[in-house]
Amino acid sequence: MTILLEARGIGKNFGGVQALRDVSLTIRRGEIYGLIGPNGAGKTTFFNVLTGLYSADSGQVDFDGRRLNLGAPHEVVKAGIARTFQNIRLFANMSALENVMVGCHSRSRAAVIGAVLRDRKTREEEARILRRARDLLRYVGIESRAFDLARHLSYGDQRRLEIARALATEPKLLALDEPAAGMNATETAALKSLIGALRRDGSTILLIEHDVKLVMGLCDRVAVLDYGEKIAEDVPAAVRKNPKVIEAYLGAAHA
Amino acid sequence: MIADWRKDRQVVRAGIGLFALALAVLPFVVSASFGNSWVRVLDFALLYIMLALGLNIVVGFAGLLDLGYIAFYAVGAYLYAVLSSPHLAGAFPSLAPGLAWPIWVILPLGALVAGLFGILLGAPTLRLRGDYLAIVTLGFGEIIRIFLNNLNAPINLTNGPQGITGIAPLHIGGVVLGRGQDILGFTVPGIHLYYYLFLLLALGIVFVTVRLEDSRIGRSWVAIREDEIAAKACGINTRNVKLLAFAMGASFGGVAGGLFAGFQEFVSPESFSLTESVMVLCMVVLGGMGNIGGVILGGLLLSVLPEILRWGAAPVQQALFGRVLLDPESLRMLLFGLALILVMLYRPAGLWPSAVRRREFEEAAEEEKEIVGLEEGSA
Repeated sequence: MTILLEARGIGKNFGGVQALRDVSLTIRRGEIYGLIGPNGAGKTTFFNVLTGLYSADSGQVDFDGRRLNLGAPHEVVKAGIARTFQNIRLFANMSALENVMVGCHSRSRAAVIGAVLRDRKTREEEARILRRARDLLRYVGIESRAFDLARHLSYGDQRRLEIARALATEPKLLALDEPAAGMNATETAALKSLIGALRRDGSTILLIEHDVKLVMGLCDRVAVLDYGEKIAEDVPAAVRKNPKVIEAYLGAAHA
Repeated sequence: MIADWRKDRQVVRAGIGLFALALAVLPFVVSASFGNSWVRVLDFALLYIMLALGLNIVVGFAGLLDLGYIAFYAVGAYLYAVLSSPHLAGAFPSLAPGLAWPIWVILPLGALVAGLFGILLGAPTLRLRGDYLAIVTLGFGEIIRIFLNNLNAPINLTNGPQGITGIAPLHIGGVVLGRGQDILGFTVPGIHLYYYLFLLLALGIVFVTVRLEDSRIGRSWVAIREDEIAAKACGINTRNVKLLAFAMGASFGGVAGGLFAGFQEFVSPESFSLTESVMVLCMVVLGGMGNIGGVILGGLLLSVLPEILRWGAAPVQQALFGRVLLDPESLRMLLFGLALILVMLYRPAGLWPSAVRRREFEEAAEEEKEIVGLEEGSA
C-alpha cells in the first residue's frame, strides 16, 4: 500500500501548554487508521492541525505527494482531507440537502456573475451539485430527511449528515473525530457498518475514538497519543498488549 | 398534468403582468389622489428598499452585523456629487464645469467604489463577529461621515458641512429626469420619471439578490452565518466569501447613493448620520431578516409610515381634541418608535420572516415554555 499522508514532527503549544510534541505518523491508502489516547492527550488538537484549523508550531504534513498548507482549512479540503467534529457542527437552519450542497463548495466554481446570469455552465453545475447531494444522502441512509432542517434530525442522523457533507468534498482522506460519541449501542453498530461500507468503497479513514472496542474492531493500524506524544503505533492486537499504552490508560500498577 | 402546469404558468404570467401594470400606474394614482409630494415619498421608499436589500446581504445572509452601512450610501452619493457638479473646479480648475458623465458610467462606478470601501471595512474585521463587529462598523460609518464633514481642507473635496450644491440632475441621454417630459401627447412629471428609473434599478437589485441567494455563493454566506468553523471545514474560503458579502452589499448602497445625489441635486454629511444606518437596519430586521420579500416590505413601510404619521398627526388631533396638542413632528417619531416596539414584541422574527428564521423563533419560544412549565411543576 502506498503512503497517503505523512506527518513529521508536529508540535503545537497553547501558551505554556505543549499540546503536541514531535508527533509523526503515516497513513496508507485504503486503510482505517485509528488515533486513540486518554482525555487531553492531544487527539483533537492533532486533528485540528491536520485539517488546517490550527497552524502547527513545528513540523509538516505531506499529503498525496504535496506539502499541505497548514493553517488554511479551505486549501486542506481542496487537497482532499475532509473532517467531522466531535461535537457535531452542522448548519442547523439549513436543510439536510443544503448542508451537503455546501459540502460541494470546493469542487464547484460558480461565482457572482455565473450565479446572477445563471448561464448554462452554472445551471449544469447546480444540477450536478444537487444530484450528488441526493446521492450522498441516500448513501448514508437519510434521503427521506433531505428537506428537514439539520437541527430536526435525530442525533444519529446528524452524524450521518455530517459524514455525507464531508464526503461531498470528495476527500481522499476522511477524518472522523469521535463519531460514536454519545451514541447508543444500535447507533454505534449502524455507524460501524457505515464506516465499513466507506472502506469497501475505497475511502481512507482517520478515526479518533474513545470506544476502544470500536477502534480495535475497525482499524487496520492504531496510534496512541499520551500527553501530546505518540507512545505507540501498530496493529490493534499489538497496541493492546503494549505496556506503555496500558500504563497510559490504567496507570503504572497495571503495566 | 401538462395542461394544469400550462394553466398555472399562465396564471403566474397574468399575475406578474397585473403586478407590473400596478407598479407602472402607481405614481399616477398616488399623485392624482394625494398629490405629487407622495410620489416623492415613493421615490425615497425605492431608494431605501435598495439600501435594505444591500444590507440584507451582509446582515441577513452572511450574519455580519453592520451598523455603519450608510457610509456606502454616502460614498456613492458623494462620488456622484463630486463628478457631476462644478464643485471640484474650485480645487482643480481644469475640471470645470464638472465631468457630467452619463448615468451608465457613473452608477457602476459608484457601485465599484462603494464595493471597494466595503472591502476596506471588511478586511480588518474578518475575525470579528456580533457585538465587536457592530462596534467597529459603527466607527467606520462615523469616520466616513466625519471625513466628509472635514475634507474641505487642505483641498476642498467635499465642501465640508455646507455640502455640495449644483449637482447635475440625473439624465439619460438628452433626457433630464428632473424635468417633465411629453410622452405620447401627455406630460409625465419629473418626479414620476425618477420613480421609473428607481423602480427599474430596485427590480434589478431584487433580481440579483434572488439569484445570489439560491446559488453556491448564497449557500456559503448562510453557511458562515450558521457555523463559521464548519464552513471552513467544508472548504469555504471564509475570508473571500465575507469580503464578497461586504462588497456586494456596499455596491448596492453605492448605486442608491448615486441616485440620491442626482435626485436631490444636493448632498451634505447630515444625510449620512448613524440614525440612517440604524433606520436601514430596522427595515431589514423589522421586515424579516434574510427574506427578500420581508426586507422589501420593511423598506417600504419604514420609509412611508413616518410620512403618513406626519401628514395625519395634526388633523387627527384637531378632530379628537379640537386643537393640536402635540407638535406633529415630534409625535410622529413617538408613534413610529411605538410601532417598532410593538412589531418586535409580537413578531420578533419580523413582519414577513424567512421560513427558517420563523421556525427558529417559534422553537425558542416553545423551549422557554417547557422550561417555565418544568420550573412551575417542581415548585
